[in-house]
Amino acid sequence: MEKTINRRDFIKTTTATTAGVATLATGITLTTFVNANENPVTNEKRWGMLIDTNRLTETDIDGMVSACQNEHGWGSDKLSTGDQKASWIKKLKVKDTATGRISNLALMCQHCEEPPCVDVCPTNASMKREDGIVLVDKHLCIGCRYCMMACPYEARSFVHEELTDQKEHMPRGKGTVESCTMCVHKVDKGEQPACVASVNSDAVIFGDLYDSSSKINQTLKKVQSTQIRADLNLNTAVRYSGI
Amino acid sequence: MSIIRYEQTQGKSLGFYALVAGLGAFILAALGSVYFMEHNGHHVTGMSNRIVWGMPHVFALFLIVAASGALNIASIASVFNKKVYKPLSRLSGLVALALLAGGLMVLVLDLGRPDRLIVAMTEYNFNSIFAWNIILYNGFFVIVGVYLWMMFERRMNKYSRSVGIAAFTWRLILTTGTGSIFGFLVARQAYDAVIMAPMFVIMSFAFGLAFFILVLMASYKWTARPLGDATVNRLSNLLGVFVAAVLYFVAVYHLGNLYLAENSGVENFILLDGGIYTKLFWYGQIILGSLVPLALLYSPATKGNRTMLGLASVLIILGGLIQLYVIIIGGQAYPMELFPGKEILEGYGTIASYTPTLPEIMLGLGGVAVAIIAITYLVKFLPFLPESLADDVVDPHHKK
Repeated sequence: MEKTINRRDFIKTTTATTAGVATLATGITLTTFVNANENPVTNEKRWGMLIDTNRLTETDIDGMVSACQNEHGWGSDKLSTGDQKASWIKKLKVKDTATGRISNLALMCQHCEEPPCVDVCPTNASMKREDGIVLVDKHLCIGCRYCMMACPYEARSFVHEELTDQKEHMPRGKGTVESCTMCVHKVDKGEQPACVASVNSDAVIFGDLYDSSSKINQTLKKVQSTQIRADLNLNTAVRYSGI
Repeated sequence: MSIIRYEQTQGKSLGFYALVAGLGAFILAALGSVYFMEHNGHHVTGMSNRIVWGMPHVFALFLIVAASGALNIASIASVFNKKVYKPLSRLSGLVALALLAGGLMVLVLDLGRPDRLIVAMTEYNFNSIFAWNIILYNGFFVIVGVYLWMMFERRMNKYSRSVGIAAFTWRLILTTGTGSIFGFLVARQAYDAVIMAPMFVIMSFAFGLAFFILVLMASYKWTARPLGDATVNRLSNLLGVFVAAVLYFVAVYHLGNLYLAENSGVENFILLDGGIYTKLFWYGQIILGSLVPLALLYSPATKGNRTMLGLASVLIILGGLIQLYVIIIGGQAYPMELFPGKEILEGYGTIASYTPTLPEIMLGLGGVAVAIIAITYLVKFLPFLPESLADDVVDPHHKK
């Protein structure tokens, strides 16, 4: 998997990838492709994350935010102000109104099984991979922002300005919508998402929710966890414990 | 009814060219604004990741909603067989098409990537209400176009009733679809209400008719054609009924929301302590846009006075824009309930701020200008307007 891709391999791999993968130029793809022969994306897996707010410190969350920024190249908006700035993952401080207990958590795209953004997108630009990762195809996005209206977590950002110096694996474009990709380009190579890797404890666990031998599956069986806005029945892939 | 003769307007007067020049200036300003916003990106607008739909959407949705409402006059004539409205049918179809064109222009030019319109026309996600709306809008152009042809072409007149019924059904579905853009957004406290669909339908009746009345009175006045009270007073009464019906739906919508504890926050925000949104709701939408027009239309002192009818129509249009502003912007400004029973101290949960910028407003006004200029030119090239709408022409039993 770790070999450098020459042009021929690139074309071969691209043709063999699952639908929804688009290319911008050689070496740059909108969604990272997997080699269909070795690692097909199937619905037998469902990637998920468990965030333990009892263990997650504020420093951890700040680290997660900057890891995401470094990985994907957002957060250095020059012209956008206030709420116009890109925000793929944010730190939230929540207080229980009855007990006054305070929890800190990281909020990003929750990668719903029934994503409202995918339902409302007129052009199929918002899409869910077979393994549950919710992405935006930036070739199809017309920038209507209906997905941002529909998302219950305000997890999406609209690119409000021209961008330069982008990461090769994460092209972003003025006038289109973007959000957490669960670091699909790393996950497809067997790595952890950048935010998960940045935390030095088990406060954030990443893995296959369906795999009964995975750590996330086993932990979720043991501890009490919750989904944000569970009442909406979206069956999110990002779960929280301790709130 | 005596035979109605339709005739083009001359369109040669100084007034005509002044009107066209004025509207042209607005359209140029709108195009300039679009270039400015698209070239720089949306950071030059008041919109953000929290207020994702701003002033252009207020205008676009107003025009689209009003478009389907403007077709009502033709529907009343052909579907419900009210002969008095028959002479107005052609103009009704034209105003409907023109308003829709203006609204869609604004909607498309506010996209992040308007250059990708072709993608919206070729890639459909049939689960998306937006995608249905694209089909409904395109279909509206076709059906109303055919409807106009049936009305214009004498040998096709006999089909105009069946096509009229199709157009009427289509427009009801279209406005239901527009209302559902909001009604189906489950996560947002201000929306997520099925009543938004019928409320948008009844809003379209009022806004569309108000716009139609202004176009009718202006074109007859400026071309010095007779326009009798029989026609005008009927339209005026109908307008009052529609405005009252919108008020009823607004009341039911808010009372229904108030009953649910989970929505009391957003209701308090809009009705009591939402600052600009509360002011706009009570002073703009309710008083200026509904109660004052109702008084003008029904009070004995002003009833039957055309200037007052014109003023009432202008107020209804302004009130309609304000209503959509409160729904669209106010609804987004209020934060979503992420953690029921908990308070968010940091990171989210504040009221989002929005100040519309000049280019956004100019784009919206440009849409209105496109609608009016289309009407101005088309009545010059095709016989949309009866040469007389005097009372004895419209209704032979009229007693002088």
